[in-house]
Amino acid sequence: MTATVKTSYGVAIRDGFAHLLAKHPKAFVMGQGLWSPWYVGNSMTNLEIEFGKERVIDVPVSEVATTGAGIGAALSGYRPIVVHPRVDFMMLAVDQIVTQAAKWRSMFGGDMSVPLVIRGIINRGGEQGAQHSQSLQSWFAHIPGLHVLMPATPRDARDMLIAATLCDDPVLYMDDRWCYELEEELPPAEDVSINDIAPLRRRTGKDITLVGCGYTTKLNLEAAELLAAQGIEADVIDLRLLNPLKPALVHESAAKTGRMLVVDGDWRSCGLAAEIIAGVAERPELRAVVHCARITHPDAPAPTSKPLEQAFYFTAADIVREARTLCGR
Amino acid sequence: MNQSLTSLADAKAHHEPIAFGHADPVPFVQALHSMVRIRRAEECIAENVATGVIKCPCHLAIGQEAAAVGVAMHLRSTDRAFGAHRSHAHFLAMGGSLDGLFAEVLGRDTGVSRGMGGSMHLAAKEVGFYGSVPIVGASIPIAVGAGLAAQMDKKGDVGVSFFGDGAAEEGSFHESMNLASVMNLPVLFVCENNMFASHLHISLRQPKNVVARYAVAHAMAHATVDGNDIVAVWSALKDAAAAWRAGTGGPFFLEAVTYRWLGHVGHRDDQDVGVARKDDLSDWKGRDPVRRLAESLATVGALSPKELAAMESAISDEVATAWAKALTQPFPDPSALLSRVWAK
Ligand SMILES: Cc1ncc(C[n+]2csc(CCOP(=O)(O)OP(=O)(O)O)c2C)c(N)n1
Ligand SMILES: [Mg+2]
Repeated sequence: MTATVKTSYGVAIRDGFAHLLAKHPKAFVMGQGLWSPWYVGNSMTNLEIEFGKERVIDVPVSEVATTGAGIGAALSGYRPIVVHPRVDFMMLAVDQIVTQAAKWRSMFGGDMSVPLVIRGIINRGGEQGAQHSQSLQSWFAHIPGLHVLMPATPRDARDMLIAATLCDDPVLYMDDRWCYELEEELPPAEDVSINDIAPLRRRTGKDITLVGCGYTTKLNLEAAELLAAQGIEADVIDLRLLNPLKPALVHESAAKTGRMLVVDGDWRSCGLAAEIIAGVAERPELRAVVHCARITHPDAPAPTSKPLEQAFYFTAADIVREARTLCGR
Repeated sequence: MNQSLTSLADAKAHHEPIAFGHADPVPFVQALHSMVRIRRAEECIAENVATGVIKCPCHLAIGQEAAAVGVAMHLRSTDRAFGAHRSHAHFLAMGGSLDGLFAEVLGRDTGVSRGMGGSMHLAAKEVGFYGSVPIVGASIPIAVGAGLAAQMDKKGDVGVSFFGDGAAEEGSFHESMNLASVMNLPVLFVCENNMFASHLHISLRQPKNVVARYAVAHAMAHATVDGNDIVAVWSALKDAAAAWRAGTGGPFFLEAVTYRWLGHVGHRDDQDVGVARKDDLSDWKGRDPVRRLAESLATVGALSPKELAAMESAISDEVATAWAKALTQPFPDPSALLSRVWAK
């Protein structure tokens, strides 16, 4: 048995970087704020000292160039990880991510690889407001050719970063600052394949299926504890990989419980929660027997004012309330 | 052109009082009032960030007041100006409400953005300030569009964009410069070059420290001045402003070299986004735009020490009163979340 180490989500990301930089000479990282704890929290501490500023590169305020340069280096045999310290700043690079990186393989006949990781950090709350709070995972999960990963645990935070970097196609890896304090015992890092990443059942229950990803998995697990105290046992499914979706486990769970509540930390309209519910609605064996509901942010930009923030961001208590309604309690 | 800021980048240079030259000192008494008021307001905000009363991120411009006020001296309420993350000074210099700013950083319903925006999203359309946004470079093309509208309106107004040296690394900056230049639009680009973007000095981000080199590349009239010398800022824009008002002006690029006294965000002066700062701040404080102007006004007899003291104490009272009032303001009703998204 190998020894495990208690590791936070933030430090687990750093462990993933350290593994990649130590073991894979073609891996390198660039992005804004990599040498600043304010931008990337404790997820990259002193990596530039350990691995050199040539491989851990803090860049000018140039999202388009940095992301495009990642694509060019990836086409040239490197495995770049381009970091955007906020999803909102990454928006400037959407052409490079969506219209260039994601399409390069198919558009040139299937043989050209762009082994690029784009890391977009979800950083919200704290009265930061409309332009410092977006996650937009549903947008990106809409794009053929772009893997989208959302780690919910320290283990996934580390291993998904490794899997993303070793993947031969572009991957959007979205970690969430609201998860950074989560802790878990971790064995030493190893190489991981993205092919092995699929939805996971994080808790077993017979009464209702709670579906989430990233931070909402954390909330779903908290809600499941509260529900258990009220006699409702929740099956908690963590999606982990949003594109391409692998819905089998969700469907198996929904068939078992007959109730599915999808929780997504983004807007409702045309979003991930709707996609998961549509997958159930399309299946003849599920559509008649599974009752569905969803919890999302209200369809409004994030506000700053504290009471409005409280109205905007849902909590485990909101999930409990909605789950009870779905269970007829 | 000179591709180096030379002495403008030297913390120990330009500490002397400001020379008025041909400029009439009298309007600069009001300018000093505006600068002191901005400084006191931002000091008040810094204190309340430190104690946690203010929660939203605040990027303070203490030390950079002359650029905002020197530019605003040329502007009128029918112009349309846009700012960025560090725009309290732009907002106040143009006449935005102090009560509204304070209420906004506290998330109150009477804030200028009604508690939806906080420090990083300020607007006061009635004085020509159409919005500040913290996505770097985002409001530069918007100011170009305001300039396009001004050209179409033929009333002599101008679109204005306030941004930093870091924004010059974004594509939106270069596209905007080209568009304004090729269409000869009345647009004022104000780059406050404080030589830092967050924790990174300009030498780590750009091959040269003069941002105005891009104005040369885009065939645009330009000036690079000591941004802590309000007379230099004001003088650099005199001819361009006259041309805009006459309806004949095209784009102008003003680079105001300055320095921020506090860290990138928040109240601390010893670190930028968690990274320790170089300790030449005390030298930079020797280039204080407020002190230099006050001394110059005293020397030419436009403002006596007694008058200055009276001005400062009146401003301190005004700021304290405004802050106390802001603390009593109501929060928005939760229904505001959805009721402000779409046109009624
Ligand atoms: C598109 C985008 N990228 C990155 C950031 C993070 N950021 C906020 S302010 C800033 C530095 C900007 O420097 P500068 O333009 O010189 O303005 P200053 O802070 O010096 O006033 C950065 C990188 C952002 N807000 N938006
Ligand atoms: Mg700057």
